[in-house]
Amino acid sequence: MKRIVSKVVCPVCGCCCDDIELVIEDGVIVEARNACAMGAAKFENYNLHRNVNAYIRKNGRLVKASVDEAIRRSAEILADASYPILYGWSSTSCEAIKVGLELADEIGGVIDNTSTVCHGPSILAMQDVGLVGATLGQFRHRADLIIYWGSNPWSSHPRHMERYTALSEGRFQRSIWRRIIVRVKAESLRKSLMRVASLLLHRRTSMMLSEAEKSLEGLPSDERRLIVVDVRRTRTADLADYFIQVKPGGDYEVLQALRAIIRDEELDVNEVSGVPVEVLEKVADEMINCRLGVLFFGLGLTMSRGKLRNVEAAIKMVQDLNERTKFLILPMRGHFNVTGANTVFTWQTGYPYAVDFSHGYPRYNPGETSAIDILRRGDADAALIVASDPVSNFPREAVRNLADIPLIVIDPHLSPTAMIADVVIPSAFAGIEADGTVYRMDHVPLPLKKVVDPPAGCLSDEEILRRILSEIRRLRKGAD
Amino acid sequence: MKILILTGRTIDQGCRKEISKASREYVEAVAICEMNGEDMKRLGIKDGDNVKVTTRFGSVVLIAKRSKRMRSPGIAFIPYGLWANQVMGSETDGTGMPLLKGVPAEIEPTEGHVSTTEDLVKSVMHG
Repeated sequence: MKRIVSKVVCPVCGCCCDDIELVIEDGVIVEARNACAMGAAKFENYNLHRNVNAYIRKNGRLVKASVDEAIRRSAEILADASYPILYGWSSTSCEAIKVGLELADEIGGVIDNTSTVCHGPSILAMQDVGLVGATLGQFRHRADLIIYWGSNPWSSHPRHMERYTALSEGRFQRSIWRRIIVRVKAESLRKSLMRVASLLLHRRTSMMLSEAEKSLEGLPSDERRLIVVDVRRTRTADLADYFIQVKPGGDYEVLQALRAIIRDEELDVNEVSGVPVEVLEKVADEMINCRLGVLFFGLGLTMSRGKLRNVEAAIKMVQDLNERTKFLILPMRGHFNVTGANTVFTWQTGYPYAVDFSHGYPRYNPGETSAIDILRRGDADAALIVASDPVSNFPREAVRNLADIPLIVIDPHLSPTAMIADVVIPSAFAGIEADGTVYRMDHVPLPLKKVVDPPAGCLSDEEILRRILSEIRRLRKGAD
Repeated sequence: MKILILTGRTIDQGCRKEISKASREYVEAVAICEMNGEDMKRLGIKDGDNVKVTTRFGSVVLIAKRSKRMRSPGIAFIPYGLWANQVMGSETDGTGMPLLKGVPAEIEPTEGHVSTTEDLVKSVMHG
């Protein structure tokens, strides 16, 4: 039987697009409409390589077990551990995260979410200097200057520009689609002419791409401007009116130079981190003269030299700009519920990630209580990973220590982390086979839908965690 | 040759991780090193040749890809994944976040083979 479910929230990136239409035949999704390439890849393939079995490692090999056995074994491991780490949480529902926090509190463990290796430094910067933010709808309708700094939404958030910024038709701002089409046609014509010229002249003519750094003057006032700042010329940069290429690790200097220009201070250098000062002056001029600007920043700022200080400089630049015009700033959050993980962690403990319950109360000290640092020091004596794959995402040294301790993985995939685990519990896909709540990157809560039933034996993360928690309480009661 | 390594998201990596990380397609999307044409010429390699990237944290064999995105020489890009993480360190300078962009490395041509997901998982398990 064929049915269509509409207004589905996409469980892939922080955009949480809520206009997905799924065509379902005989209990299987056969088509995802309106989704980007990543969304379609998930919706249309989620069931191809999924894991439906629970496993327990015996004599060095993963052996099939019942879900009840795997839950019992997980409870034993966690109840025996003195400093367990509970990691992941950004690709599951807020309801599951809430139970995870209760579990961490019960066993006196450390609980950390994936923001520790994405926008953790941004959170530290926001705690220092605040954040001038808004919801994405405001940018869609009103922003006339869009800046992506250290972020490549073309690859990481494919519909961000279409739904919320440069490529969206807002109530008061037009999309830049027409301008891009004209530019692509002109570029293609220029390339053809260059090719003909090089053939006629029998020598190689420079085929360098013409800079997108064209004059911003003369654009219609109701059309947005798009500026991209990055260390590589990404596909997002190809769409920009203005692309600034910064030397790797040079973002902090460029941001501080822009702050100086915005405050009408003179710079006594000709270039900053590979960017000529006259280019910075032009960009500063654009920022000051916009009606409502927004700066979206990505991991280009948080993962490079300077980390939280880069983000702090970006936020302070936006604060400076608010002396002259209206300007806002927002991190491009990666996983679909990483914002929810920060939000639920903060409700329950007061802290957004890297929360340590080992003293009997929540402590927060990223650098000490964060996942990578704990694993690097080899402090944890057990680990529970929920809806995440640190073996693929953490540096090798940290991963090595995960392999040395009892490891429990709750995941719909037999991921590389599951392959080295001692206990594997298959779960339902949040947002496809299990419902719940997620927070979009701008902190707007949205409901995940359960659109198909999970295979027999695959419970939701929330249910699995509840069962582990109640088993731990039962074990502890027995021990008393 | 000395080079700075950047890691990051690509659309292929983003799509293929949603299907299976054990698949050949995923390895092809992730076990690559995007390079500037001048750097490839200097190393004497062409598109599709294998290169070995070494940092003080480890080394990994990848397939070199010429990319017009890498406009400046001296910089190479590896998509997020198991392969990139073989050469990343875990020191966080008290922030919780390791340095994953702008890591100094040596790059050289190699006859070595690109490891599979299974090879890397086994090497993690057995040290």
